[in-house]
Amino acid sequence: MINAAWLLIAIPLASAALLLLAGRKADTWGHWLGVFASAASFILGAGLLLALLGRDAGDRVHDVHLFDWITAGDLVLHAGLRVDPLSVTFVLLVTFVGSLIHLYSVAYMSHDTDRRRFFAYLNLFVAAMLILVLADSYLLLFVGWEGVGLASYLLIGFWNHVPTYATAAKKAFIMNRVADVGMIVALGALFSVFGALDFASIETSAATGGASEGMMTLIGLMLLVAACGKSAQFPLQAWLGDAMAGPTPVSALIHAATMVTAGVYLIVRSGPIYDQAPMALLAVAIIGAITLLFGAIVGCAKDDIKKALAASTMSQIGYMMLAAGLGPIGYAFAIFHLITHGFFKAGMFLGAGSVMHGMNDDVDMRRFGGLSRYMKITWITFGFGWLAILGVPPFSGFWSKDKIIEAAFSAGHGEGWQPWVFGMVALFGAGLTAFYMSRLFFMTFHGKARWNSTGADGQPERHPHESPVLMVVPMVVLAAGSAFLGLILAAGGRFATWLEPSTGHAEHHDPVLPIPVIIAATLIVVAVGVVIAWRQYVLAQVPAIPPVGSPLTRAARRDLYQDDVNEAVFMRPGQYATRALVYADKKALDNSITGAAGLLGLLGLGLRRLQNGYVRTYAAFILIGLVALLVAAAVLWN
Amino acid sequence: MTSPAEAVLFWCLAPLMVLASLGLLFARKAVHATMSVVFVMICLAVLYIANEAPFLGIAQVVVYTGAIMMLFLFVIMLVGVDASDSLVETIRGQRYLGWMIGVGLTIVLLTFLARVSFDQGIGHSATVDQNPTAIARTLLGNYVFPLELVGILLVTAALAALTMTHQRRLHPRVSQKDLADARVAHGRRLTPLPSPGVFAGRNAMDVPALDPDGNPVESSVSRVLRARGQDQVAFVDPDIVQLTEAGESAPATWNRVNANTESAPEAAAPNDSVDKSTPEEQEK
Amino acid sequence: MEYSNYLYLAVLLFCVGAATVLLRRNAIIVFMGIELMLNAANLAFVTFSRMHGDITGQVVAFFVMTVAAAEVVVGLAIIVSIYRSRRTVSVDDVSLLKN
Repeated sequence: MINAAWLLIAIPLASAALLLLAGRKADTWGHWLGVFASAASFILGAGLLLALLGRDAGDRVHDVHLFDWITAGDLVLHAGLRVDPLSVTFVLLVTFVGSLIHLYSVAYMSHDTDRRRFFAYLNLFVAAMLILVLADSYLLLFVGWEGVGLASYLLIGFWNHVPTYATAAKKAFIMNRVADVGMIVALGALFSVFGALDFASIETSAATGGASEGMMTLIGLMLLVAACGKSAQFPLQAWLGDAMAGPTPVSALIHAATMVTAGVYLIVRSGPIYDQAPMALLAVAIIGAITLLFGAIVGCAKDDIKKALAASTMSQIGYMMLAAGLGPIGYAFAIFHLITHGFFKAGMFLGAGSVMHGMNDDVDMRRFGGLSRYMKITWITFGFGWLAILGVPPFSGFWSKDKIIEAAFSAGHGEGWQPWVFGMVALFGAGLTAFYMSRLFFMTFHGKARWNSTGADGQPERHPHESPVLMVVPMVVLAAGSAFLGLILAAGGRFATWLEPSTGHAEHHDPVLPIPVIIAATLIVVAVGVVIAWRQYVLAQVPAIPPVGSPLTRAARRDLYQDDVNEAVFMRPGQYATRALVYADKKALDNSITGAAGLLGLLGLGLRRLQNGYVRTYAAFILIGLVALLVAAAVLWN
Repeated sequence: MTSPAEAVLFWCLAPLMVLASLGLLFARKAVHATMSVVFVMICLAVLYIANEAPFLGIAQVVVYTGAIMMLFLFVIMLVGVDASDSLVETIRGQRYLGWMIGVGLTIVLLTFLARVSFDQGIGHSATVDQNPTAIARTLLGNYVFPLELVGILLVTAALAALTMTHQRRLHPRVSQKDLADARVAHGRRLTPLPSPGVFAGRNAMDVPALDPDGNPVESSVSRVLRARGQDQVAFVDPDIVQLTEAGESAPATWNRVNANTESAPEAAAPNDSVDKSTPEEQEK
Repeated sequence: MEYSNYLYLAVLLFCVGAATVLLRRNAIIVFMGIELMLNAANLAFVTFSRMHGDITGQVVAFFVMTVAAAEVVVGLAIIVSIYRSRRTVSVDDVSLLKN
């Protein structure tokens, strides 16, 4: 079973190739092939899970050798797959949520003439993501890493006839390339230090102190840069909001549930490295904490339902990064939250897609309101996701997020400033999350309708209706996951134990505050957030035109000026530099080269006389050359 | 060292080969040059066999003499046997330069050879098995990929030759009626050309016919024969000779029989075609 | 007799071929000059092959032969098509490439 793991990747990849190559003939059945490929991968993944569960905990890490990949001198790289609890967890998340979203897309994209291409890209994404999580070396991981970047680019720009969407795709691509520099430097450093790139040898060498702490810190920071780009963490977060230009299923699958969590996966997978580099680990936690607040603040001000969800994604990944930055104790919680988040956030994105479906593809929440009466199932499933992200017991988010908050309060072995700072940030973030998610939920489904069915009173004309069954079913399944998955996995610390072969065993440190106090504080903060949102968006009238707001609101609406900073710091100087270079190129380089070319032209005018067009003369030149060479050789020979 | 028999063979063939190859330089007609090259090729085949390379010797006969040189002959036929070089050099100094380089190259190469000392040489018999077998081993072993490439090259070359010599029809097809119309319109000869030998003493291909006045008709002899200069002087009837000797006034044109045939045949030959656009071959 | 006599013969044939290329203007004859040069090279190959007792020389000569065959086919096709369009086989008449 485990040796057949390569099929997981091969099936969606073959399906993607077939869909892309088959042409219009496949238009009638292509989407079902896509769904089938993803579902087949899920079934194989489930088989892997059973195969691993059938073994002892110590026997659950398997490296499957596929083929010799690169052989150059001393460098021998194998392409292989690592099947262990961590990768299988990811495989199941990717293929299960992926299959549901494939199913959803069949209906969501049914009016798009390019639906077949869409499914080809989705399958390509699934294949690349599986390469990423199943790779047994950093280099193969990098292949998947780039593959998901490509698929993300193609899918964000799926409607690339709209220039802003195409620009959004380019933005995501370029920011990810910036992060890839970090990845490449990390690869080079790893190779120079360990002489290998596969996880197994690096794990052994790192554990035996094979490298200096400085080098390990460098590698850790570079991996963090890579993770920041892929997971939209500060300061490379700017692309995620714009990436919402893609079709909503894409936002659900790639930019909420799976691809953006690849950074967290990378950090957790690189645990053996971070164990030797506490400074880098602290940097991870700090980045996570900053992004957590950043995303939450942005999310409070966004009126675009998808961008608000994107900001929330950013913030939730911040939680995961924070957890991963706490070291072995947090790895399992980070992955746990990643899984539950994958379910409830994908569910909410699909819900948002369903709302857009019923509201003429409008995304402005200020023109929604009171939709709960018209879209009952969407309302209930979205509500499950909402309760889950709030962390209301017993929904999934409670089990994962509270663990992270607890872990944050025990950061740095529970001593010094770290537990207080990280703990308070996580706690405050929970409150902000409650506020902005409730705001989103209330603005969309409750309050007075800010639309009507006739288009009177200057309000938009809308005819909301429930979505077709193919869209509803995935939402219901994901809602069920949002409700119960956390409880199932958290019971008896089952999930942490399951992951132990991959993440290592963590010593438990007591948080600086008693655990019941933390849980109570979290629930209080969350309740406060919900109540404020209730007052502001249900009891009070929501203006259709956004009010000016405080400076912080204005900043949050502009994503805390992230684009302005990027433009001022990187883009403008870059443009000035290129302009200066162009000027120098034109004046100095071009002139010198045209001068040289002119000289050559004069020379050519002279040499032209030799070209009389007679073949025999050319033959004579050749033979003269031959004779001259022979004579020269004879002279030198003496 | 070679056997005495081989030395005899070499010394018989080598001078002949060099002489024959010089035919390439000096023969005026392309056919003669081709035949001399054919001779060189056959001798080379013999030398290959003497050189313990029987396979190559056979291949030389089959490929070069049998295929390539025959192809040359065909092309000469296509192009026309009268397409011979004029001896007037068009490029200034090319002849001088050509001889200089030719002789210079010979001297330099021969000097080189003379200054190199070669080993005795071991020959094939000591080291390898039967010749075709050994070649097959090497060719289909080490050189199998180049062999495939050469195969592809040959196919490509055949296709290239097909495409290059393929003629697209640019004008409407000319029918017999069109030809006849064109002849009438331009006042050309309407009847077939006279066959050779008519009214002459002999009926051979190479003897021109005599018109009723006793004048030889140039156009009655095949153009190819005239191009080669192989046409004969019209045979003069003994009766007419007797008449002449008896002092009877033979028609004045009879005397021009000899005068005409003495002049260079080529000058008049190619200009009697009926119409530029029609193939000349149809007339003869 | 030394094996090298064959080499002298090869040199002579090669030089005659080269001189033909330079001196003759009939494209067909020029082409035959090239063939002669190739054959001279082949003779040298065969002789060296025998001197060193190494069959590779003959294999190379074989390749030369095949390539020459391909070359002749294409070359003669070119000559024929030039003759068709320009009614000449003189290499000097095909000199539009100048300047």
